[in-house]
Amino acid sequence: MSITATAITKTFGRTKALDAVDLHVPDGKLVALLGPSGSGKTTLLRILAGLDFADRGSGRVEFHGEDVTDTPAGRRGVGFVFQHYALFRHMTVAENIAFGLTVLPRKDRPSKAEIAVRVDELLRLIQLPDVGGRYPSQLSGGQRQRVALARALAVQPKVLLLDEPFGALDAQVRKELRGWLRRFHDEIGLTTVFVTHDQEEALELADEVVVMNHAKVKQVGTPQEVYDQPASPFVIEFLGNVNRFTPARNPLPGTGDNALYVRPHDVDIRREPAGEHSIHARVAHIFSAGSSGRVTLVRADNHDTIDAEVSRARLRELDLKVGDEAWIVFRHIRLFPAGSYTERDVVPDDAHAATTDSGHGI
Amino acid sequence: MSPPRPRAYRLPGLGLNATLVVVFLGLFVLLPISALAAKSVALGPAHFWEIITDARALATYRVTLLAAFGATVFNALAGLLLAWVLVRYRWTGRGLLDAIIDLPFALPTAVSGLALTTLFATKGWLGAPLAELGIKVAFAPAGILVAMAFTSLPFVVRAVQPVLQTLEPELEEAALTLGTRPFTIFRRVIFPAILPALATGATLAFARSIGEFGAVVFIAGNIPYRTEITALLAYIRLEEYDYAGSAAVATVMLVAAFAIMLLVNRLENWGRRLAAA
Repeated sequence: MSITATAITKTFGRTKALDAVDLHVPDGKLVALLGPSGSGKTTLLRILAGLDFADRGSGRVEFHGEDVTDTPAGRRGVGFVFQHYALFRHMTVAENIAFGLTVLPRKDRPSKAEIAVRVDELLRLIQLPDVGGRYPSQLSGGQRQRVALARALAVQPKVLLLDEPFGALDAQVRKELRGWLRRFHDEIGLTTVFVTHDQEEALELADEVVVMNHAKVKQVGTPQEVYDQPASPFVIEFLGNVNRFTPARNPLPGTGDNALYVRPHDVDIRREPAGEHSIHARVAHIFSAGSSGRVTLVRADNHDTIDAEVSRARLRELDLKVGDEAWIVFRHIRLFPAGSYTERDVVPDDAHAATTDSGHGI
Repeated sequence: MSPPRPRAYRLPGLGLNATLVVVFLGLFVLLPISALAAKSVALGPAHFWEIITDARALATYRVTLLAAFGATVFNALAGLLLAWVLVRYRWTGRGLLDAIIDLPFALPTAVSGLALTTLFATKGWLGAPLAELGIKVAFAPAGILVAMAFTSLPFVVRAVQPVLQTLEPELEEAALTLGTRPFTIFRRVIFPAILPALATGATLAFARSIGEFGAVVFIAGNIPYRTEITALLAYIRLEEYDYAGSAAVATVMLVAAFAIMLLVNRLENWGRRLAAA
């Protein structure tokens, strides 16, 4: 079931949480709402769920073409999962999962036996077949979140909404559960929207990423699109590490009055000067205990730092020491008009026109 | 020999503190209670039993327990409602109400008793219309209930309020997205979560009601067999220089209070277990 939200504006007191936001979630897709805290992503999710409502007179929410703008949460057919699980502590896991079925009006309510069968199915689906009789307090965080998911799925929702579902878990569990959710989604194909502030999570997990900032949607696209073709300085800075140069400190000639952005993995290090575009620098720090080598260099002319990420093989080949002289070559750069980097609030359309994939470097 | 290892830091003063606690407990709690018990024991079991099962004493137990039970039921409902209104709604005057809740604790109980008697006397603001309906409060068992309810109301409110305050709104929202209607959310999600606190508050209110003296004696009328409470009987025996008789009745109250406190303890553990999850 697809979701379409149009011109959603939401104000809390004097703060605009959402400013005429449009969103389309195609049927069966896994979509991430990604943004820093305060960007409005959770508010948008809650409006989709019917837990919050857009400002009076603004906006429209449709589920598969059907207007649900004023439909309360309980009648939208959404499954909602909270960051802190929100399990009912006085109920067992089985009672938690069955809850949505037991509160159905008597005529629609399945029999006790049918409910038990459904709960068993769901426990197997979340790969916790034996915990039905336990209380939430007896489960780990990752297990609790899966129970919360099962509880949401028990009523067979038309869409699944998850608010920072991995936010309260530690790194290891978070990674595991992330992979599990992806496989799970591929299996059941339920239209799913999840909120996260973790760009890695969004890029790894989602079919489509909606990048938000300051109450607006900044860019929508596949993980590869938003990563490789960021529409604005905000998006490039938010999605991973990046070296940024203001026009005044721009190391490359011919880039005009533009700010220049280079991802660390697009920075190559040479031991000899390599043409007029190579930048003279000195090695300040080497970090080699990871899947790739990370090197911090300091420009010889103005002492700006530049981060580079090279393969471990390349790092061995270079045989760098702290204090060594080196020359930097950018493989791929991205330019945004000067001034835009300070406000970081360029509307995507403007940024598009100015974005160039210039082939500086070698 | 190697030099001794330094010990991990421990808060100093354990010995001194333990001594103070033991002396304090001994002097202010155990000593008076023991004196009371000793006085009762001196009576011998047969005489003791005779005193505490005397018809007038039995009548006081009935009056006290019934009124305390009624007051507790009333307070459980009213206290829950007050806590709900204080936590869930934002309205002008909320702060004032929050402050007023504790008034029964701060007020000398005699003042409470006097005020309630004036209010419920047959010519009083509430007593007069109630008398029209044929309901007598002052100088009747109902008056005891009113006095007990008044003086123990804060227990329930103050027990439930913090638990209600810390109840995550997400619990209700989760229930809401699952299609639960508001009353069902209260019955199946909110009420079970605050039940241990409510039970604790109600039990404390019950204990206080059983022991309430000052407020009750003004409004009760103190008619033996009808509106005489147990605490008053102990007082009357004392006035009659029947120290042993007074101690025996007081011992019954002591045992009741102790049993109730054990119950409160268990209820509090239950609440903690539920909150810890």
